[in-house]
Amino acid sequence: MNAAGFPILTLLTFLPLVGVAIILTVRGDEAVVAANARWMALWTSLVIFVMSLVLWAKFDLADPGFQFVESASWLPQVGLTYKMGVDGISVLFVLLATALTPICILASWESITTRVREYMIAFLVLETMMVGMFSALDFLVFYMFFEGVLIPMYLIIGIWGGPRRVYAALKFFLYTLAGSLLMLLALLAMWNQAGTTDIAVLMHTVFAPRMQMWLFVAFFASFAVKVPMWPVHTWLPDAHVEAPTAGSVILAGVLLKMGAYGFLRFSVPMLPDAAAYFAPYIYTLSVVAVIYTSLVALAQTDMKKLIAYSSVAHMGVVTIGIFTFNAQGMSGALFQMLSHGIVAAALFLCVGVIYDRMHTREIARYGGLAHRMPAYALTFMIFTMASVGLPGTAGFAGEFLVLIGSFKVNIWLAFLGGMGMILGAIYMLYLYRRIVFGALQRADLKGILDLSPREVAIFVPLVIVTIWMGVYPSSFTQFFDASVGAMVDHHQAAIAAATKLAGVIR
Amino acid sequence: MNWTIAIPEIVLSLLGMGILIFGVLQKRNTFHMCSMLTVGALIFTMVLVVSGASGLGYSGLFLADSYAVYVKLLVLAASVLGIVVSLDYNEHENLRRFEFPVLMLFATVGMMIMASASNMMSLYMGVELQSLAIYVLAAFARDDLRSSEAGLKYFVLGALASGLLLYGISLVYGFSGSMAFDHLAFVLADPSRASAGLVVGIVFVVAGLAFKISAVPFHMWTPDVYEGAPTPVTAFMATAPKVAAVALFVRVMIGPFGHLVSQWQQLIVLVSIGSMALGALAAIGQGNIKRLMAYSSIGHMGYILVGLAAGTQVGVRGVLIYLVTYVFTNAGMFACLVAMRRRGRAVERIADLGGLGKTDPGMAAALTIFLFSMAGIPPFAGFIGKYFVFVAAVNTGLWTLAVIGMVASAISAFYYIRIIKVMYFDAPEAAFDARPSSLSVVAGAGALFTTVFFIFPAPVVAAAEAAAKVLFG
Repeated sequence: MNAAGFPILTLLTFLPLVGVAIILTVRGDEAVVAANARWMALWTSLVIFVMSLVLWAKFDLADPGFQFVESASWLPQVGLTYKMGVDGISVLFVLLATALTPICILASWESITTRVREYMIAFLVLETMMVGMFSALDFLVFYMFFEGVLIPMYLIIGIWGGPRRVYAALKFFLYTLAGSLLMLLALLAMWNQAGTTDIAVLMHTVFAPRMQMWLFVAFFASFAVKVPMWPVHTWLPDAHVEAPTAGSVILAGVLLKMGAYGFLRFSVPMLPDAAAYFAPYIYTLSVVAVIYTSLVALAQTDMKKLIAYSSVAHMGVVTIGIFTFNAQGMSGALFQMLSHGIVAAALFLCVGVIYDRMHTREIARYGGLAHRMPAYALTFMIFTMASVGLPGTAGFAGEFLVLIGSFKVNIWLAFLGGMGMILGAIYMLYLYRRIVFGALQRADLKGILDLSPREVAIFVPLVIVTIWMGVYPSSFTQFFDASVGAMVDHHQAAIAAATKLAGVIR
Repeated sequence: MNWTIAIPEIVLSLLGMGILIFGVLQKRNTFHMCSMLTVGALIFTMVLVVSGASGLGYSGLFLADSYAVYVKLLVLAASVLGIVVSLDYNEHENLRRFEFPVLMLFATVGMMIMASASNMMSLYMGVELQSLAIYVLAAFARDDLRSSEAGLKYFVLGALASGLLLYGISLVYGFSGSMAFDHLAFVLADPSRASAGLVVGIVFVVAGLAFKISAVPFHMWTPDVYEGAPTPVTAFMATAPKVAAVALFVRVMIGPFGHLVSQWQQLIVLVSIGSMALGALAAIGQGNIKRLMAYSSIGHMGYILVGLAAGTQVGVRGVLIYLVTYVFTNAGMFACLVAMRRRGRAVERIADLGGLGKTDPGMAAALTIFLFSMAGIPPFAGFIGKYFVFVAAVNTGLWTLAVIGMVASAISAFYYIRIIKVMYFDAPEAAFDARPSSLSVVAGAGALFTTVFFIFPAPVVAAAEAAAKVLFG
């Protein structure tokens, strides 16, 4: 039995479906159903969040391997098992998913008025998929959750989204599906060689260098779209702009991390030679992403689009960090993923707050909000600073570690990657100035209200976490230090072995 | 003589004749009664199939093994679903004639013989019995121009295909001296003994069978016949006969011609790629949902042939698993399509589904499940099926085929997802008429199966494994 004493990951994964079942049984007129669905979804997600804190409490920081492992026979004939477990790399993402879901449900409390029941069901199903994906220890189980995420997200964007939602939903779906199908092929190829899809076994299976190249390309097709890396990022701005606020929050907060998580879980440990071979290309794409999308962000007139492009830039920093293959870079990437998960989610919520009031995301339609909404201005500022990477906020530690890591690889990489911080400061502060400062000129802004108690309840935990991550980052880094260290050792050993082999052959 | 091995077929035929006489003698309309009797007969036959004896009999014409049992059970289940789907439709469309279920029953007998064929002669008999019954069914709405046209088209092209098949059989016989599968396999154990004439014969046999499963380039009849035939007949055609024909195809290629894999593999690969590509591309422009389903089934046949192209036990297992997911997804899908009826009139445009998510959430949810499953999105059943056929392709190193299959599957996802878009994102059309419970049951059962199959695939996989093993035993 695992450290929790009960199958916690399975429960975390499938409890949302129990909530769905209960919501489905609610009868009555639309208002009653909507109210019940909201409360039920909120309670379900809160219970799950509280339960997931067990992971935080009981996680053994010194153990780099998988913990809370549980497995059950699924398809013994072909070597497939249902296996769940978390290590230092995934545990915090499970927590991120369980923490953001109740926040999303709260954020949709009033802004979603049509088909509330279906909306809440979609969110709970999405939670199942996200938690399942981060805790799956069998490749096929992982794949099923990874793809399954598309279904609720497609519906969330397509039904409750903005005016161009249909286009955005379809683009989102097809882009990510096309990528993942290649990953499925890679999965089959790995299964064919190793005879199992157990991730822990695959991590220690040595694949021939040539095969690694192909597998890496197939994985890359899937994960690069999900991250998203330049130039396959174009679905993201569309999806973000058209999605409802909570959809954007979960998209930026958790779904973008799936790609980077995939790199960390599969590409780097399972295909070390190919990862080392392709690293320069990844650096190039990431640097382009950081600089190019930062400049694009600067030119945006739509708030959500601006933050969407900034997400691409921030994720570029993450991919640089992952492929430095040293402890600082990888820890930095993980930290940046977490902080971006919190901060970008919070920024989308900030946009949602004023969008709910004014029903526009045009930056030019705002200005001088500080006069009417001081609490909002303060909140927005904290997250803007965190996004910029101000020391003392969540954004700093991650970017700093990645920079150190990339310095060890190449000074130019560090320099160009670091440009992102400067450009980020420019576009974020420019955004903040245009919305919050200046004179309050527009007549319809004069009656705008400050944060409601519900919105305060949403933002307070996010603010606390943001500052906590900035002031005392080691309470988060301690979770993944052991796992990252093991991964770096594993990578170096594999590279050394490959070099030695090449030497022998030569 | 070991005649007991054919008891299920004999009993089912006798029951069919009994139902026929019952229908003729009764003065009042007995459509509903006969349908129910047929369903009963089919279910009774299922029991007989499960408990039946196995072995080779009838001078080597008829073979009962676990492969045949697997296929027969699936065919019988698909026929039961087909009849249930037709109940309400035929009442509405003035097709309540007792011959309808009886024809389905005899088609089913034909399919069971196909599943058990162990000789080119019994193969041909089974195929013809099945086809003749379905020609009539396709033209069953005889006062409807489209239905008559569909029947005629199907008959003419089907006769051509039968001719090809027969010609191929004659060539095979002429160049090998036998029509029995086991003898053919014995003769061809040394591939060098396969003369050019024999290979030509095999090509003709493949062409004839490819027609029956509507694989490219013998697919031309499919869209027209699917569109013109009464919807329940289309539902039936899309499920049970496809299963039987695929099963027969696999048995012929693996059994008698199993040692010539290298000769026919290229052929199957080409047919498979063509079917997947056409299924993915041609469906995009369709506005009629029955035509779309026709192209979709062409595509699915392409995926199934991926498993056959591998020519291994893993491949056959994949085919058999795919067939199960295919039957249940399609039966449920067609149950929903039959329920598309507005003010008494059947409608079949994709646009008619507009806003179904609002007007009938239950049916929209079921359709969504079926469409995601056909697109191969996990965790639905269709994904499991695809997974097992592509495992086989990768296993045998057919990388090109696997990659093309994945690309086709991404493209075809586009039009499946588009229907979901129409249902959920478009403005609502007028609501459909109330759904009869028979259709709700089939759609619900199909949706349930499609959704939970991934949790309990082990029994089906084990059965498919055992069935596939027989062919290679």
